[in-house]
Amino acid sequence: MTETTEVPPLTVVSAAGGGGAGRRTAKSRAGGGGSRTARPGLGWALPAVLFFGLFAIVPLVLVAVLSFARWNGLGAPEFAGFDNWVTLFHDPVMIKSLWLSVLLTVLGAAVQTPLSLLLGVWAAGPQRNRAVLAAIFFVPLLLSATAVSVLWRALLDPNFGVPAQAKWLFGDGNLLGSRTGAIGVLVLVGAWQFTPLHTLIYQGATKAIPQVLYQAAAIDGAGTLRQFFHITLPQLRNSILTSVILMIVGGLTTFDTVLILTQGGPGTDTTISAFYMYQKAFKGFDFGAGAAIALLLVVVATVISLIVVRISGYDKMAGTQEGL
Amino acid sequence: MTRSRRGSLSRPNYAAGFGALLWLCVVGLPIYVMLGATVQTRPDYSANGAFAFPKHFTLSNYADDFSSGFGQYFLNTAIVTASVVAIVLLLVPPLAFAIVRNRGVATSRVFRLFLLGLAIPAQAVIVPMFYVISKVGLYDNLIGVILPTAAFCMPICALILTGVMRDITGELFEAMAIDGATTRRVFFELVVPLSRSGLATIVVFAALQAWNGFLFPLVLTQSENTKVLTLGLYNFQTQYGIDIPGLLAAVVLSTLPVLLVYLFARRALVQGLMGVGGK
Repeated sequence: MTETTEVPPLTVVSAAGGGGAGRRTAKSRAGGGGSRTARPGLGWALPAVLFFGLFAIVPLVLVAVLSFARWNGLGAPEFAGFDNWVTLFHDPVMIKSLWLSVLLTVLGAAVQTPLSLLLGVWAAGPQRNRAVLAAIFFVPLLLSATAVSVLWRALLDPNFGVPAQAKWLFGDGNLLGSRTGAIGVLVLVGAWQFTPLHTLIYQGATKAIPQVLYQAAAIDGAGTLRQFFHITLPQLRNSILTSVILMIVGGLTTFDTVLILTQGGPGTDTTISAFYMYQKAFKGFDFGAGAAIALLLVVVATVISLIVVRISGYDKMAGTQEGL
Repeated sequence: MTRSRRGSLSRPNYAAGFGALLWLCVVGLPIYVMLGATVQTRPDYSANGAFAFPKHFTLSNYADDFSSGFGQYFLNTAIVTASVVAIVLLLVPPLAFAIVRNRGVATSRVFRLFLLGLAIPAQAVIVPMFYVISKVGLYDNLIGVILPTAAFCMPICALILTGVMRDITGELFEAMAIDGATTRRVFFELVVPLSRSGLATIVVFAALQAWNGFLFPLVLTQSENTKVLTLGLYNFQTQYGIDIPGLLAAVVLSTLPVLLVYLFARRALVQGLMGVGGK
């Protein structure tokens, strides 16, 4: 309805909002022209909520249900009580996989954080050549995790890859054949793939630091190093937090690289939890156990993401400025 | 602007520059080896080793990949990507509009639901997803891949878009209200045009997620004619891992569209990649 009547004075609070659950605040935003203010009702959100609920929330509930069930992928799941959970916590591979997940995540963060922080601060500089290099640094991020894993597997091939060219460095060249080698490769490949992302985060944050701070420090006679430690680092505190949390969530859910590069081997030396879940469910047809491991992952990831939301202030209804 | 950003130094920072060049090697060498390997024949590659500059340039690896099914995988990935982007574009803008402009308690609950969704890794729901998709008869069907992929893009897209829409000033809404505009008109004539940057970001983000998605196709499809690129790569690796030039050509092929977007729409792509991290 869009009949144009006389515009009422702005102090008048007009009736009913735009169809639905919109509570009107006392000092309503002017509701002129007929009786509608343009406030969308819940109906606008409904399609997205239903879709998301069906394909993300319902499975989440189901994963909890299935973790108490026996199901081989065919037929109907049957109730099994706490069997899956008891079995899991007595399963040495499961315990080991949790430790491995933590180990890989911590190693990944320890390698990537200093690297990306330094690169990001460096790339934030004004020189033209830095921008060009930063654009090149970015390329690994364009490849899918699958492509990255396949690429590195080919590069590390003992007979036809790089190790064959540099025997003095790699010995027999079978890096993925030993525990240390396999873990090292996963950390290296993860760093190669994800350092650009974190570099970007730091680059954007560094650019947002007010110049005045540096000028003041320069007048006080602080050199580059002191400026870095006393201005740049403290100013980047929130970005470091965000970046590390992203690394943790990413590290805990690493899957593609393990599947393609190591298949969890040698033995179970790189079988991290996310991969173990896949093995249990889709290779061992023990979907109940898979669901239980998945639920563990959800709990951990949820806790961490709640922290993210707290830190980034996304849950406050405040405007955000694009930081790029 | 003074002579240098730091305002203190006009000397170039040699240590940092050196470090950056070192990292350039770390990033560049694998890419150089990859590109070099794809334009040589297999015997040539085996004879010359990984670092040698290609002597006889050939594109036969790419041609072979295409004839051995990668054309089909390409098409499937394109279908999945386009559908996911369409679903996200259809559902997320109205959602973000409601979250930002509706003052009800219900909508803030909706927003929290999507924030919770940020925490759900795809691995966590893959078992029940397999159960649900099998039950509704969408197993080994591209639709069965499209729906969950789109759902898992939504939380981040909703976040990005609500952030952009909140920056639209209240005066504009008031002006529209004085004109007697309906909600729908406000949405199409004010909100959508002013959130163009955010819309571009979510399109890129959703497209990348769909293009590079691996877990859902891996678990929810099996036959040759529903294979997507990432799955084709994985299969190639397990079956012909020894054919490194062919394998790496497949890697390059699968990334080519993303690279092209990067060349022509770098800013949108970077923002799409940053997702939430870009705050």
